Amino acid sequence: MSEGSVVGSFVVPVHPHTVLAPDENPGWRALRDAFDEAAQMIRDLEADLLIVYSTTWPSIIGHQIQADPNPEWVMVDHDFHDLGSIPYSFNIDADFAHAWDEANRNRGLQSRCVNYKGFPIDVGSVVALTLLNPNNEIPAVIVSSNMYANRSETTVLAKSCLDVIKSQGRRAVAITAMSLSNRMFTDFIEPTEDKIHSLKDDEWNQKILEFLRDGRLEDVGQLSRTIHRQIRVQKVVAFKPMWWLSAMNGNRNDLSGRVLAYEAIHGAGCAVVHVDPTPSGVGDKEYDEDDVEYFQGERGVLDSGTEINIDELQTSGHKESQHSEPPQEQTSGPELWDPTEAEGSVNTDSAPKPVGAYPHARKVGNMLFLSGVGPRQPGTNSIPGGPIHDEHGDPMNYDIKAQTHAVVDNVRRIVEEAGASMDQVVDVTTFLVDMKRDFAGYNEVWAETLGKVGPTRTTLAIDALPTPIAVEMKVIVHLGE
Amino acid sequence: MGKGRIVAGCIAPHPPHLVYAENPPQNEPVAEGGWEQLRWGYERLRASLADKEYDAIVLLSPHWQTYVGTHFLGLPHFEGLSVDPVFPNLFRYHYDMNVDVELSKAIHDEAEAAGLPVKMMENPDFRVDYGTITTGHLFNPDWDKPIVVISSNRSTAYYSVEVMQEIMIELGKVTRKAIEASGKKVVVLASNSLSHRHFTTESEVPEDMSKEHITSHAMHLWDMRIIEYMRSGQSQRILDEMPEFTEQAIAESDGGGLSWLLSTLGVPDYPAILHGYGTIIGTGNAVVEWPCHAHEVSGQ
Repeated sequence: MSEGSVVGSFVVPVHPHTVLAPDENPGWRALRDAFDEAAQMIRDLEADLLIVYSTTWPSIIGHQIQADPNPEWVMVDHDFHDLGSIPYSFNIDADFAHAWDEANRNRGLQSRCVNYKGFPIDVGSVVALTLLNPNNEIPAVIVSSNMYANRSETTVLAKSCLDVIKSQGRRAVAITAMSLSNRMFTDFIEPTEDKIHSLKDDEWNQKILEFLRDGRLEDVGQLSRTIHRQIRVQKVVAFKPMWWLSAMNGNRNDLSGRVLAYEAIHGAGCAVVHVDPTPSGVGDKEYDEDDVEYFQGERGVLDSGTEINIDELQTSGHKESQHSEPPQEQTSGPELWDPTEAEGSVNTDSAPKPVGAYPHARKVGNMLFLSGVGPRQPGTNSIPGGPIHDEHGDPMNYDIKAQTHAVVDNVRRIVEEAGASMDQVVDVTTFLVDMKRDFAGYNEVWAETLGKVGPTRTTLAIDALPTPIAVEMKVIVHLGE
Repeated sequence: MGKGRIVAGCIAPHPPHLVYAENPPQNEPVAEGGWEQLRWGYERLRASLADKEYDAIVLLSPHWQTYVGTHFLGLPHFEGLSVDPVFPNLFRYHYDMNVDVELSKAIHDEAEAAGLPVKMMENPDFRVDYGTITTGHLFNPDWDKPIVVISSNRSTAYYSVEVMQEIMIELGKVTRKAIEASGKKVVVLASNSLSHRHFTTESEVPEDMSKEHITSHAMHLWDMRIIEYMRSGQSQRILDEMPEFTEQAIAESDGGGLSWLLSTLGVPDYPAILHGYGTIIGTGNAVVEWPCHAHEVSGQ
């Protein structure tokens, strides 16, 4: 089975007009045509799973995932009930829903599945699935939008979803049911009078669409809070669907985007946008906010003083699930030392502490020699991508790409502490504990980072490293004349 | 036809936990009890009005959220299954209710004449929101009175608490005017909590009362401050402090129910009766009655 992935993403509007009254306004018709085109694109992608993150399904107790295999009812919108009713009968992938729920909890999220006859599926999900999957050919899953969740929680929600997509080898399409500007006219209007509520809203929408068209999804995510303040009714916390969609696409800015339609529905900014994971070849990743693998936020309200125990997550979640991800914290291992000081030593608090008596680096003449650098994080000693084994030595799943990225970041911090830059790196020796498993992933990250600098490189397979990591680099830098 | 009047006005919160804990036959999940302080508060409210005659209930629910105007249920009968989208594990209730369409339309028409955007909801497939069902059940478990249901216009989210209050005070005035013109005796219910910051976790047994408390001291202070104004007949101060209360206590008054209620009652200066206070998943809830029947001015 090949590794699963997100093969496409769509942004779609939530209002029922595109289903019930597309011909009452040319803009609504254009949105409906765009929906129909998107449905064909999804079929052409040979997707086998649709994942809907709906902003019109708010939740309080963590995130909820629809797990009724065949929810059926008749949906009537609370505002636009006079447009008519939308009967629905959906094909939900309950197995995926339960696996995602478990993956959420393994990453520290509060999560649960819902499977109740008569559960009121929200208007955004009903519209999206009715139009994007008209014959129910593709199984779907729907997740709520937690009203208190912020960026880290929403990002981790996407990562746990990706865990399951990968482990099940799915060809998934990610869908956010959402408005851009969501300010509607507060009075009733004739369909022919519809337009974007204000020029300001329209200008912001155009800017968002420009970014999406350029595949700069992470930039839209980073602007979420600003967008929310500028053009969103303050009924929810932040413009969060873009956090989810960006994380579903690896928090990238080099995607390929296309706006299929942009129109108003009762004043709100509504767009159908396709985001293709194919690299556009342009766009740099400007990543200002922390990447986060596990949610460790405020979840102990009921039992004040109780903190999430990562070790418990590890033992309860991991041993029962081959798909689950490891905890981030590395809580055991060799003693940590303060880096030693000697002539030419270069040490920094922004690199992980050594596991013996040695400095982070040492200058000799115009050369800088780094001690072996791994992915451990300064301060927390956590391992991005997870450790390779637990405290009992039992193997664990881990992400070699995340570990390699973290190694490069640590190298950069030490090099910059010495007053040099990464383009002065001249030679690297890399140690991998599992060449067969990890070389490809490591090599990919290398090509994106140090490979662009051009140092010589030697990669060796070794039996073990002192801490439960999979990769370490020994680096030599030429400091110039 | 004599002049209609308001028999009582009440804050009647709607967390589905209260129905769940009571185990009525209409609700599918089964509980071991819980939230007794509030449920007994509802008992006292029902007892307080047991010997008072009234023809209809008028209720404003913050869970029928409308962004375009204020809407009114406009068909005589609704029945179906109401599943709470947030707490479906607690609330799956088979409802069967009658609407006083005549009174509903009368309030609608008065509001329209006052310039408010309004609409009658006449789609028979419409599913009545769980806030209406919960408050409706707790106030009148027999469902033997027709009800008028008014949606919650989200003007706080669109504009500000001040704009919401302007709209709701106007809506309250026309509600009162329509009730008086109808010749009917009516009980008015605002279905909302006070402070409204939830826990984001749920205990293994949802009705485990050892886990129940207010989310923060600040929320408690605000709840007590507002309740004290109610108990001492200082309705105007509630309206005056509504912006701060709504913002700082994340209060469910953002839906306009409390402002509408006080306006409908003519901003009463007599004490309200506190029948019960308790927290539900961290939010503050009070069952409060303004006994209008005891404060009627002769000739009014």
